[in-house]
Amino acid sequence: MKQAKKILFLSICIFLILNSSSFALNIKKRVLPNGLTILQVERHNLPIVMFTLLIKASLLDEPSDKAGLSNLTSGLLTAGTKKRTASMISEEIDFIGASLYANTGSDYTTVSLSVLKKDIEKGFELLSDVLLNPIFSEEEIQREKELIEGSLRQSEEEPSFIAEKAFKKELYTEHPYGRLVQGSPETLKGIQRQDIVRFHSDYFVPNNAILSVTGDLTDEELDSLVKRFLGDWQKGDVSEKMHALPKPSGRKVLKIDKDLTQANIIVGGPGVKRDNPDYYILSVMNYILGGGGFSSRLMQSIRDEMGLAYDIHSFFTPGKEPGAFQVVVQTKNESANKVISEIIKEIKRIRQEKVTPAEIEDARAFLTGSFAGRIDTLRKISDFLALVEFYGLGMDYIDKYPLYINRVTQENILSAARKYLDPENLTIVVVAEQSKADIKH
Amino acid sequence: MRKFILAFLLLILIIPSLSLGEIREYKLSNGLKVLMVEDHKAPLAVFQIWYRVGSRNESSGKTGMSHLLEHMAFKGTPKYGSKALSKMVQRLGGTDNAFTTKDYTVYFQRLPSNRIELSVELESDRMHALLLEEKETLAERSVVIEERRLRYEDDPQGMLYEEVIATSFRVHPYRTPIIGWMSDLEGIERQDLYDYYKSYYSPDNAVVIISGDINPDEMFKKVSEGFSSKIMPEPPRRKTNISKEPSQKGERIVYLKRQAELPFVLTVYHTPSFPDEDAYSLEVLAGVLSGGKSSRLYKSLIYEKKLALSASASYDGLNKDPYLFFIEAVALPGRDIEEVKQALFKEIEEIKANPPSDFEVQKAKNQIESSFIMGQDSIFFQAQLIGMFEMLGDWRLMDKYLDGIKKVTPEDLQRVAKKYLHEDNRTTGILLPEGK
Repeated sequence: MKQAKKILFLSICIFLILNSSSFALNIKKRVLPNGLTILQVERHNLPIVMFTLLIKASLLDEPSDKAGLSNLTSGLLTAGTKKRTASMISEEIDFIGASLYANTGSDYTTVSLSVLKKDIEKGFELLSDVLLNPIFSEEEIQREKELIEGSLRQSEEEPSFIAEKAFKKELYTEHPYGRLVQGSPETLKGIQRQDIVRFHSDYFVPNNAILSVTGDLTDEELDSLVKRFLGDWQKGDVSEKMHALPKPSGRKVLKIDKDLTQANIIVGGPGVKRDNPDYYILSVMNYILGGGGFSSRLMQSIRDEMGLAYDIHSFFTPGKEPGAFQVVVQTKNESANKVISEIIKEIKRIRQEKVTPAEIEDARAFLTGSFAGRIDTLRKISDFLALVEFYGLGMDYIDKYPLYINRVTQENILSAARKYLDPENLTIVVVAEQSKADIKH
Repeated sequence: MRKFILAFLLLILIIPSLSLGEIREYKLSNGLKVLMVEDHKAPLAVFQIWYRVGSRNESSGKTGMSHLLEHMAFKGTPKYGSKALSKMVQRLGGTDNAFTTKDYTVYFQRLPSNRIELSVELESDRMHALLLEEKETLAERSVVIEERRLRYEDDPQGMLYEEVIATSFRVHPYRTPIIGWMSDLEGIERQDLYDYYKSYYSPDNAVVIISGDINPDEMFKKVSEGFSSKIMPEPPRRKTNISKEPSQKGERIVYLKRQAELPFVLTVYHTPSFPDEDAYSLEVLAGVLSGGKSSRLYKSLIYEKKLALSASASYDGLNKDPYLFFIEAVALPGRDIEEVKQALFKEIEEIKANPPSDFEVQKAKNQIESSFIMGQDSIFFQAQLIGMFEMLGDWRLMDKYLDGIKKVTPEDLQRVAKKYLHEDNRTTGILLPEGK
């Protein structure tokens, strides 16, 4: 049986070797019989290996009354397995100076391992143990819930968190993107051990996962590790859920009162999915409007000329499902109205007139030129590859990216701005000392 | 952006255990030192220039000057207008920024390696030709005041840090926040900044560090051409009078009442800085107390007693003058902060009563070693590590640090805990949340 598996393994492996001229990333891709996709980049300049195991499980996959289930499940992976207690896991990881942790976001969960080459066997065996054999004991569930509730409470101290939470709730209403990854104290109470066990067995299956590996490891060494430690990982049935988004219904202004010297402001609206072909046009547009540091219009006017803020930036959060567009800024309470007016003015301007050739040229130059910096460490490459695969960007994405960006025109930007930025349907959140901010919008 | 104030320096990236690639050292006749390390894994290079000036050099009533000057250094010269420098870098696909600490101010760019000479042009111009215009100074002062609101005025934990440090130091300039006191910021004038700039920004007070995909000898030629032509109009007039902090003779306690969610306790102890012989043991002690989920503070306060949401210890030892050892914890909802504080102190007493096991000490050393090796994957980190040690006198001290860490024994940890982590030498701050 073992032998048969091995032959099958070897015969089904698909190797895609891609040479990217600019950064020479030699990506090897293969799909195992159990459905696990593996991406690998070998680098032998340092004796370290980085793993990113991406599981397609997130808040998109949990029922609204059990919000926080995916995050709780991933947080408990390292809290005890069939053969190790939580303390044994942390002792072993810490002793080899490695790090092993799980993180759940709005679209996916990652389990990340960073380990020295000399400790690779131990590190990978631990990764496989927490992935395949977590026991989710009642005691650890209670402990983890209490820590999550505590950190939610702690976050309420941060004005930016309060603003973001209110913005999402307002924009998405019942869509999962409107909830926190951590859930809420109420929904956490409703999550039982059996929910966690089921979530784990439903979603933590190889055909729902991507393993990305970079560093000082040959493909033979990786194959051997995978066979020994993930050989028994069984395929499962996974179905994707889709969710309805609310229709925009006019401008909304939310004022939240808090004892602060600065107003924390979000001005935004609906965004796009990551696979929207206009994504690249929006990247260039956003760079010009508020994404481009000191080159952006918003930074230029609100920080540089008016001195009203330390930081102002805009961004899209494109996801599996349509994300959001946001402009985020902090300014003293008394300047809040002025800053909001200026943001709206800039949003209107980019919908009314074409951006200049110089602006578009600068944006293209930065976005294409800085790409190498997005993959300049092994950890970054490992995470990047997993995302390229998850969002279906293609193994030639590094080569294609400059083409996508360089073909964006002034006209493209104007029509995208008109299509995606809607001044009539903005959601505005202001967390401030309201008596001083006196919001007029 | 002039964004980062490294108030509490990156603690983990301290110790080398594998040497970096070969470090090449050069010096110009005007005193500028240039250090380079090659790493060809990606077609990128990092350029950093370190000035030996930080909040440590500021005088009372004028705190925040180093950091405001760092902001103003992006506001242009006669040759390049405001933010032109950043825009040029971005146009090449690069990024640039700067940060200010207690002891030094650093400007840096990351660029495609075939364009890294742009940094030479930018930084040599920045060293001698900043305009520091009146109008721009006023606008940037407002920006920094907003930054202060963001980081301190509206952040109760940030505020407690400020309170505790100001209480633990009575006279040494480490007592003031790097960003400066609010009233001082409101009063800094253009002339103050100009004098400060002329005093501290000169080749003999700076170090250039370049890492990444470079050819050091060729690069040095470019640096030499760029910086040698910069003649200082007058000799720098540096004078920094630094009061020495007298030793503390009794516990100090501060309370801060703010609108907040959870109580927070922060205790600091005066400790020597590297290269004091005790620095190694203090670094390893911080690891035993707080390196990962198997560390003493996590296990005791968070896992077993379920008292705290977070608990940690850190030793900030890479400073010009003696600084602090920190322990801190945030209480879980419903827990008594006094009980949390006592639990922290109990862990310190435990070390004094019984030396930690060989296993624990080895684990802390392994973590330090591994984070150093992993950190080397970043060319920025490589340059920064060299800079941090160079600021203490010589980048070669890196090796001394490594050797020192290796020699630490469990008894050393017990000894330094007794010597420094005692009641009379500590300052404790407690954040007491208030409703609105």
